[in-house]
Amino acid sequence: MAECGASGGGSSGDTLDKSITLPPDEIFRNLENAKRFAIDIGGSLTKLAYYSTVQHKVAKVRSFDHSGKDAEHDHEPPYEISVQEEITARLHFIKFENTYIGGCLDFIKDHLVNTETKVIQATGGGAYKFKDLIEEKLRLKVDKQDVMTCLIKGCNFVLKNIPQEAFIYQKDSDPEFRFQTNHPNIFPYLLVNIGSGVSIVKVETEDRFEWVGGSSIGGGTFWGLGALLTRTKKFDELLHLASKGQHTNVDMLVQDIYGGAHQTLGLSGNLIASSFGKSATTDKEFSKEDMAKSLLHMISNDIGQLACLHAKLHGLDRVYFGGFFIRGHPVTMRTITYSINFFSKGEVQALFLRHEGYLGAIGAFLKGAEQDNPNQYSWGENYAGSSGLMSTAPELGPTRRARSGTFDLLEMDRLERPLVNLPLLLDPSSYVPDTVDLTDDALARKYWLTCFEEALDGVVKRAVASQPDAADATERAEKFRQKYWDKLQTLRHQPFAYGTLTVRSLLDTREHCLNEFNFPDPYSKVKQRENGVALKCFPGVIRSLDALGWEERQLALVKGLLAGNVPSRPLWSRSPWERPWLVDSYSKWLQRLKGPPHKCALIFADNSGVDIILGVFPFVRELLFRGTEVILACNSGPALNDVTHSEALIVAERIAAMDPVVHSALREERLLLVQTGSSSPCLDLSRLDKGLAVLVRERGADLVVIEGMGRAVHTNYHAALCCESLKLAVVKNAWLAERLGGRLFSVIFKYEVPAE
Amino acid sequence: MLKLVGGGGGQDWACSVAGTGLGGEEAAFEVARPGDREEADGWGPGWGCAGIPDPAPGAGMLQAGAAGPARGGQGAEEVGESAGGGEERAVRHPQAPALRLLNRKPQGGSGEIKTPENDLQRGRLSRGPRVAPPTPGMGDRSGQRERLAPHSLGAPPGIGTAAVNGLLHNGFHPPPVPPPLVCSRGPVGGGDATPPRLPLLPELQPQPPLPQHDSPAKKCRLRRRMDSGRKNRPPFPWFGMDIGGTLVKLVYFEPKDITAEEEQEEVENLKSIRKYLTSNTAYGKTGIRDVHLELKNLTMCGRKGNLHFIRFPSCAMHRFIQMGSEKNFSSLHTTLCATGGGAFKFEEDFRMIADLQLHKLDELDCLIQGLLYVDSVGFNGKPECYYFENPTNPELCQKKPYCLDNPYPMLLVNMGSGVSILAVYSKDNYKRVTGTSLGGGTFLGLCCLLTGCETFEEALEMAAKGDSTNVDKLVKDIYGGDYERFGLQGSAVASSFGNMMSKEKRDSISKEDLARATLVTITNNIGSIARMCALNENIDRVVFVGNFLRINMVSMKLLAYAMDFWSKGQLKALFLEHEGYFGAVGALLELFKMTDDQ
Repeated sequence: MAECGASGGGSSGDTLDKSITLPPDEIFRNLENAKRFAIDIGGSLTKLAYYSTVQHKVAKVRSFDHSGKDAEHDHEPPYEISVQEEITARLHFIKFENTYIGGCLDFIKDHLVNTETKVIQATGGGAYKFKDLIEEKLRLKVDKQDVMTCLIKGCNFVLKNIPQEAFIYQKDSDPEFRFQTNHPNIFPYLLVNIGSGVSIVKVETEDRFEWVGGSSIGGGTFWGLGALLTRTKKFDELLHLASKGQHTNVDMLVQDIYGGAHQTLGLSGNLIASSFGKSATTDKEFSKEDMAKSLLHMISNDIGQLACLHAKLHGLDRVYFGGFFIRGHPVTMRTITYSINFFSKGEVQALFLRHEGYLGAIGAFLKGAEQDNPNQYSWGENYAGSSGLMSTAPELGPTRRARSGTFDLLEMDRLERPLVNLPLLLDPSSYVPDTVDLTDDALARKYWLTCFEEALDGVVKRAVASQPDAADATERAEKFRQKYWDKLQTLRHQPFAYGTLTVRSLLDTREHCLNEFNFPDPYSKVKQRENGVALKCFPGVIRSLDALGWEERQLALVKGLLAGNVPSRPLWSRSPWERPWLVDSYSKWLQRLKGPPHKCALIFADNSGVDIILGVFPFVRELLFRGTEVILACNSGPALNDVTHSEALIVAERIAAMDPVVHSALREERLLLVQTGSSSPCLDLSRLDKGLAVLVRERGADLVVIEGMGRAVHTNYHAALCCESLKLAVVKNAWLAERLGGRLFSVIFKYEVPAE
Repeated sequence: MLKLVGGGGGQDWACSVAGTGLGGEEAAFEVARPGDREEADGWGPGWGCAGIPDPAPGAGMLQAGAAGPARGGQGAEEVGESAGGGEERAVRHPQAPALRLLNRKPQGGSGEIKTPENDLQRGRLSRGPRVAPPTPGMGDRSGQRERLAPHSLGAPPGIGTAAVNGLLHNGFHPPPVPPPLVCSRGPVGGGDATPPRLPLLPELQPQPPLPQHDSPAKKCRLRRRMDSGRKNRPPFPWFGMDIGGTLVKLVYFEPKDITAEEEQEEVENLKSIRKYLTSNTAYGKTGIRDVHLELKNLTMCGRKGNLHFIRFPSCAMHRFIQMGSEKNFSSLHTTLCATGGGAFKFEEDFRMIADLQLHKLDELDCLIQGLLYVDSVGFNGKPECYYFENPTNPELCQKKPYCLDNPYPMLLVNMGSGVSILAVYSKDNYKRVTGTSLGGGTFLGLCCLLTGCETFEEALEMAAKGDSTNVDKLVKDIYGGDYERFGLQGSAVASSFGNMMSKEKRDSISKEDLARATLVTITNNIGSIARMCALNENIDRVVFVGNFLRINMVSMKLLAYAMDFWSKGQLKALFLEHEGYFGAVGALLELFKMTDDQ
């Protein structure tokens, strides 16, 4: 039932350490605009939540006003770029030991500029205890919120908004953490919260949940009984003792009762017949370790058994575990998992949450922020501002960490638009965007981490260069370097820190870190220049394409799509265009083109410049000719040199001015430009802009074209769709090419038709 | 299958003593019934005192031995039987003899006497020779094999007679006859013989004696047939045994319809077992007879008598077996039906040390059959099953009889060291739903560790005096009252031992509080799991049995309360007077069934 925090010692919360030195800018960030505070105080850990707004620099593009003027001069860019300030919403969650609560509250008070806030939502067992302190220090009225309600709200929130929030834990396998892709429908599920007692709650919808049972044998039993048996006072120490013990010295096993006959009877001799049974019949001393281990097994098994009985009664196969007994402790995750597997015979899955510790605070925050309706938005984990699973703000560096105690952070950015599944996914519940799981594949992990480390200098340089007029660019770029470097080091040791480690997550983390230091779009000028050049070439390319025969033109169009993916100065010795390609279903595609036109094609664009203008648009034009409608989807925000939606709009407008086909298609809405909702060089088809999804459904898209290495190889290479799809890329990485069985600049042309 | 053999020696009841002092036991025995010794020649005491080294026993054995041979010779045993049976046995336990001998050595002052017994069972041909010299044919191994074999099986005490008069089965035998043949108690005793019997011998009707060519097993069968005469009945003594992780439960049927003639013919050690068991209520240091549970005037397998309920700690098992060996229980050739894990664990020891072969039985089968049987015969005119009326009102809560005539379906929760939960749909249709390792063993184990107590009784006594709310964290300790959001009462336990997270509280509680909290924790947990199983299986009657409930009113009332409260009155908790003994009763029933099957 009640949550009662745990890692520390029993009563440490009373003595408040005010002298602690906090690195405020890195812990309690953006306090100036903070509002809607919520606090969850457990037995030993405090979780603080608040909402604030963050000013970001954002690169905006805008067409020049050409009206009246004649065409642009040769050296004039096709559009103008401006950096603007934009306000975005961010949720901050900070976890720290109760010891620091006084100091933290003082710090918050001192930095809290916004005085509109009058109330702080509070939950957790300690909320009552610290009520006066909070009210006195913050001069906010404490509004107590129900613990379980907060937990459940928090759980729903992270399950919906954080991909790979949940994981299963397998001690002896590599990786130990196996993250789950989010089920499109998270309900119904069972939440088992193991605090001092155990609460089992069935959650059916956002607002409907039911306490279906509980048990008094929980974390408090382990701690209390363990303290009595071993004279060890701290929860963590008890767990440590348990991890070294042999429960078979204390428990009566099946083989103790049956002797060796258990084998012939098909019984597993190692099963515990009676917990602590040997201490009832044997007159001897038992070691602390052995007793702690036996106790741990007893409690974990009991909880697992009850959870299974409830899961069975309610026909549920997903059970999420939380509470201080579980929180980040591999020992208890292991025993609970074992127990669930044993009692359910594998039919029920024990799932744990990366942000389990924050659920109460998140829920309390959501309760207090209901008028802002945070649930109508999608939120994304900000990798730059969040410490990973089982790591305590490692970016602080060891010395500062020692000074500041253990602080753990989670930040979530509000996304402008809700994200949903692409309706064309064959099976949304089994869709995994990423092709290679780097948590799983040590070799690949090593390679890519090194690869990103080595590329860091270049990124820093590019970032500085993108803001020639900013005096502090170099300084910020160095901060960026440090932050991203630290993230990479964390990931070397804890590949599971942010969910499954993938090339995509490495790329996304880099983008988040760049944003963090106000480098919103280091490539904006590069893209601008390349777009300008490519636009100039467009008419010529179209002319030469139109001059080709139908069959030749189809090949040329495909090469064009692929070519935009390749460095402009060819480095290859052998032409990559020589077929057969590494993956080559071009003939099948050509055959298909001889048939009836597709109704509507959804195209995910990749790079700016040559790629979008000389590759994608001619291809789009050909489809339009055939009578196929086209939805052209581009990133909402910048990532590398990928074309953004706003850039694409300008490009399309410019092309329309040159090309009547595109012009009329735009006008007649046979060509639609939409945003993906993403700012990643990769593509997660389960988190796409809702508008895109609606359009796809309305138009009855029956062809999906995904181009570029990030979207078609690092991700989605294995994605199964329920319509035809083209996945095109040139492999620009020798290591990856080799993995795929080819060489650098191998061509992937994957045309797939779903099985009937 | 097995045989039971002998019964065992009482000595070992005391587990703490185990291994060491027979002396102590003996003393206990003596105290209990001083007179026996003489009467029984040491056998009587056997149960209690195992007086092994004692001369008296030796003497007893002697007599028996003498008797045996005498009879055995007599033709009866020789009755023919199918060869198969006997052989099988031999094959199965080839080496047993050697071991046995070793064990016995101490026993016997008198070599000769001993011999016959030793051989008992397995009637191994080879053994023959070893058998007492007096026996004819002994010398000549090869020639007399067959004959010898029987002898060897035969246990010393005069089984032979039994064969003759048909009573033998029941363990009664005519007075020892001096000389000749080795006795054949084969039939009865050969522990080995018994098992094969069942399968081997299809026909039980009396058959003409076959003088030769019979294996010991055959002889056994033969004898049995003759004994039972009117009815197939296993030989006395009748025991059913359930060897659990913590306790051994033994039921003993004491025939009360023994005729004077029978009494006279009853072999000495059988008689002494009977007298010893029925005239004492404690055996050694730790053996107890639950006198209040005794079922009187019961008719079992055609005999009238009383069913006695005895228990002793499983750790005394080795002493028990040792005594079985010393007292030569194998000579009684009854079948020892045993269930519980210990039936498997100790099988080898029974065979090697005491020359006794167990008939091992599935514990859940036994549990159910035993339960149904005891319920059907009632508890000396009173009902076996009861429940608590007004379980949620301490003032009005009281024990009431419950009629379990139509028991299905029922959820059967057997609480021993650990807990098994069965869904029972009919006499033979049941499934084990689940189990938990948090059972009686956990209660006692934790109590021992937390309070330093040593026995279940002590632990319960402390628990009765304690207050668990000092130890547990209640809902109101957290929420200041009821947790209304979830409809939890403030008095509900939120976290067992939850207050023990705090040092001050740890320093302020008593051992009694800890014992109580342990009891409440374990009981509520079992109740909670049982309730979930009842829901999952859609069964509304939950029958709680097992020795965890012995003298444990606190747990029974808690369970009754929990079932009623959490199910809003939908579930009923039922209890049975003979809570922990159903497995043993089931094992005994199996003994009769074996016989019937034949």
